[in-house]
Parts: sequence; structure tokens; C-alpha cells
Amino acid sequence: MNHQRSLLVVFLVSILVFLVGVGALAAPFRVAVIMPSSINDMAFSQSMYDTLVAIQNEMGEDNFQFVYSDNMYVVSDAAAAIRDYASQGYDLIIAHGSQYGSSLMEIAPDFPHTSFAWGTTVDTFVDQGINNVFAYEARSEQGGYVNGVLAARLSQTGIMGVIGPIETGDAKLYVEGFKAGVMATNSDAVVNVTWIGSFSDVALASEAAQTHINAGADVLTGTAQMVVGAIGVARQKGVLWFGTQADQTSLAPEIVVGNQIYDWTVVLKSMIDLIKEGTLGGKAYALTLANGGLKITVNDQAIVGQTINDIIEGKIDLNLGEIH
Amino acid sequence: MIGSILIGILSSGIRLATPYLYASIGETFGQLSGVLNLGVDGIMLMGAYAAFFTVVKTGNLALGLMAAMVTGALLGLLMAFISVTMKAEQGISGIGLYLFGLGMSELLFKKTLGAVQTVNGFPALHIPGLSRIPVLGQIFFQHNLLVYIAFALVPLAWFVLNKTPFGLRLRAVGQNPQAADSLGINVNRMRYGTVILGGLLSGVAGASLSIALLNVFQQNLTNGMGFIAVALVYFGGWRPRGLLIGALLFSMVNALQLWVQVRGINIPSDFALMMPYVITILVLAAMAKRRVHAPAALNVPFERGES
Repeated sequence: MNHQRSLLVVFLVSILVFLVGVGALAAPFRVAVIMPSSINDMAFSQSMYDTLVAIQNEMGEDNFQFVYSDNMYVVSDAAAAIRDYASQGYDLIIAHGSQYGSSLMEIAPDFPHTSFAWGTTVDTFVDQGINNVFAYEARSEQGGYVNGVLAARLSQTGIMGVIGPIETGDAKLYVEGFKAGVMATNSDAVVNVTWIGSFSDVALASEAAQTHINAGADVLTGTAQMVVGAIGVARQKGVLWFGTQADQTSLAPEIVVGNQIYDWTVVLKSMIDLIKEGTLGGKAYALTLANGGLKITVNDQAIVGQTINDIIEGKIDLNLGEIH
Repeated sequence: MIGSILIGILSSGIRLATPYLYASIGETFGQLSGVLNLGVDGIMLMGAYAAFFTVVKTGNLALGLMAAMVTGALLGLLMAFISVTMKAEQGISGIGLYLFGLGMSELLFKKTLGAVQTVNGFPALHIPGLSRIPVLGQIFFQHNLLVYIAFALVPLAWFVLNKTPFGLRLRAVGQNPQAADSLGINVNRMRYGTVILGGLLSGVAGASLSIALLNVFQQNLTNGMGFIAVALVYFGGWRPRGLLIGALLFSMVNALQLWVQVRGINIPSDFALMMPYVITILVLAAMAKRRVHAPAALNVPFERGES
């Protein structure tokens, strides 16, 4: 009797384990993201949102699901959200902003079976004995260099203006890369840089663009979400623009020449694979041109399209005399 | 060289001062009648959104401006109802209104437009003749319509406040509502009127950003400008001239620090960014001896029969 009962228990337990196992296999991979600005900011937050949508389209909704909290510019609110998502059992929680680092260092040890990621940074907190945090950054100086080379070729005045938020992180890398690209192409060129001290002051970004144009700049670039104000001014004044972080072409197709786009797919896919294998953190990633995380798009409407249009509409006089 | 820098700084400063002027003139009227409205920034955001959305959908700038005015006036009405009729604590309800405007403008933006885009806003209006004057023309007479209106409002507000019976009654309501009431002035109606006017002008302040100066809309477009506008009311001592000086000083120094950076003058950007705030504080400290008092009944709900 006793023997029979224990057999029954073993049988039931094994069924249970099997069901749980099947359940785990079939359960989708669930990601929660906390972002500092809006998912449609045409910059940093949007780059992550677009990546998550792309991954979901590829893996299917049955295998990959994500939720997000955007506009979490108050760090203490973000910390509450991170803790909340962690206790809800998400597989991966992404704190998409370097300002969330200290919160994550506090929260991650309380949820040792949950994986966290944050950026842009290189610090996974392994030195602090925390093993469930991934780090990611964007080597934005690479695309910055490409944009700089193009900008220097296109500028007629040889003066270029850059609008940055705060002198740190991927913004600083981008600006340094841009300057290096310009200087390598035209060592006589001038690159003027303004830091406006804010990621959200659209009005000041727009006035900075105006100031650059007054100082003779005919090509502008800038990074972070407040640059939409600068793009508005560039469009009005017919000055060329180079974008970074997300594709900003749709804001002003006539003047946005090219963009460096952050595509976090390589990073996130690798994290997902590691988590499925049981590694919850400890690795630092970087988006580069080499690994396809940084993409350069060129908008053929800005110069090529404009020229074609002008010829079609007869604005360009192609009367070159007798040639044939 | 120096000339072009000066022209750049002054015309930048005039543009940057525009939204502050609208918002702080409106707030001055409300405060003089005894109502502190801290929701200015939220109303600006709603006004900015309403104007932008209307222009995206219709392309009609006048309609966009009207949408901002109506939206602002309605939110002013809401603030008046809360603070005058319901007699709620003004500071707290103003913050509530701000948070409402911040969240609602973003929600509507996401649901109706989805992505950041640009519009063709009010174009620069070169005033015939005047805009040709060397230097002065470039500084003062090559702006868009909403910039001119903002600066025209300053003398107009001064005239209304100081030279009309309405202005006198308004001050009476803000200084001693009981006395004003006994003289037959309808205190609550006066306060409703000024808070609605304040809301309307805050709406226009928002529109001056979204369809005139920036021509984009983004979540939290105003970035706290409404609060600086409220501070300017105190800075300016509840006088239109004071508002003008405050708004221009703050904006010019901001424009100056941009120039300092563009010109590659070698000081840390952090220091340049501090300049507008440091100079504002210095000026305030230097002027601390002025005897300017807030309206006596500011922030106090009116109860008939109390004294």
C-alpha cells in the first residue's frame, strides 16, 4: 500500500514536472523596457522600441512579447517600475538609460533569477558581485565619423554646426566622431559645437541651430530627442541635416541627407539566447558598424531627388549648347 | 563681426522671450485678481498640441491659433472653477492642472498623430520698410507674427492695468476683495475672467512654440517654460514692464551662452549653461530692495462676509 502510494506520488510529480517543462518551452520570452522619453521621440527611445517591434515580427507574438513604460524621466518612478516588472516575472528587464544604473544595482540582487540590461554603459556590475545584469552601448563615433566625412564634402562654407544635449555617453562619442570625420576630409573646416544642457529643451535646440546658421554653418547635425527643434529650423532655412540614433528623414525629407541608426537587434538576440541557456548577465555589448548594430541610411531625396525634381520642373537650365 | 554677433544674440533673445511674454502676461492678470495658477505649463502644452494638430489636419494657421486659444480658455475655466467656485488650494490644484496637461497632450499626440513631424508654421514677416533698416531691421523686424503680437501685448497690458476702470477694479479684487465686493464689484466673476484670459494667453504661448517658433510637437515640448513664466511674474513685480525686462534678460543671456559656445570661446559648456540662471539670481539680489508686494489676496479664496 505504502509502496503503491509512493509510486502514485512519483507518477503525479513527474506529470507535473513534464507539464511545467512543456509550459516553460511554450511560454513566450517576455521583455519589459523602461525608457526615459517617448517611444516616438525620433531618437534614443524610439530606436529601442523599433528594435523590439522588429524582433516580435520576426519571432512571432507566441514566442516574444514585450511591454514598455516610456517617459520615465523621473528616476525614482523608473526604479519603482523596474521593481514592479521584476516581481511580475519578466524574463528580461531593460532599463534604457544610463541614469537608471544606480537603481538597477540596488534592485538586481533582489531578483537573482531575473535578467536585467541597461545602457548606454559598459558596466555590468560584475565587480560588485552582481551576475544578472547585461550592459550595452553604441559606438556612435563610428557613424558620427561617416556623417562627418559626408558633411565636409557637402558643406560649401566649410562651417558645420553640432547640437548636443549633455557632454557624456553616446552623445559625446557621436560629436567627437563627427568632428574627426570632418577634419579627416577637410582640415580647414570649422566644426562649432553647442551643448544645450538638456535632452528635452526643444526651444533651446532650435535657437542653437539658428545660432549656428547665423555663424555661417550650412550643414548641421545633433543628437538626442530635443534635436527635432533644430531639424525644424534647418528645414526652414534649407540647411542640410545629418541624423543619428533613429531615422529622422521623415521629419524633413528635403534636407536630411543621412542617418546613423541604432539597431539593438544583435544585442537583444544574443541576450535572449544567453538567458535561455541560463546565463543572466555579466556581458557588455556594443553596437558597431561591424556587427550591424549601427546602420547608415542615405536619403536619396535630399540632394539627388531635389536635383531630379528641379530638372523635371525646368528649374535647372540644362541648355548646354550643341554637344552631339 | 561684433555687429553680426550682436544682431544674432538680440534677435535670438527676442524669439526666445516670446512664449514667456504671453504666459507671464496672462498669469499676471490672474494673480492681480488673487488667483495663483501654477498650471501654466500644462495649459501651454495643451495649447501647443491643439494648434499643432489643427495645422497638421487643416494647414490653416489662423484656425490653429484659435484652437490653442479655445483650449487654453477652457482649461482656464476649469482652473477658475476649481479655485474660485470650489475654493480649492490654488498651488496644489495648479500642479494638478499642469500634470493633467502634460499627460493629456502626450496621450492625444500619440493617439492622433503618432510620430513627430514638422508643419509650415507662421513665416517670418518682414515689415516693409522697417526690416530694411540696417542692424535694427534685422534685430526687430524680421520675426513671425506671434512675436510681434507678444511684444505689442506689453504696452496693451500696461494700459489696461493702469489706465482703465477695469484695471482699477482688478487690483481692488486682488488687494481687498471684501472692500471690492462692498463696492459692488463681482469678485468671483472678475477672477473667472482673468483666469480664463490667463489660460487663453498660455494657450497662445504654446501655439507660439508649436506653430511659429519650432513648428514641431513633441512630448513635454515646453520643458517647464510655464514655471519660468510664473517666476517671471514675481521677478517683474506684477508689472508688464518688469515682465518684459525679465523675459528679455533671461532669453538674451541664454542666446549669449549659445553664441559663446558656437564661437568656440574656451569655457566649459556647463558654465555657459549656468549663465542665464546665475545672472537672473544676481539681478534679483541687486533689486531686492525694491518695495514690491504681491497682491494681498493672492492665493486666498474669496468668502463673502469675511474680513
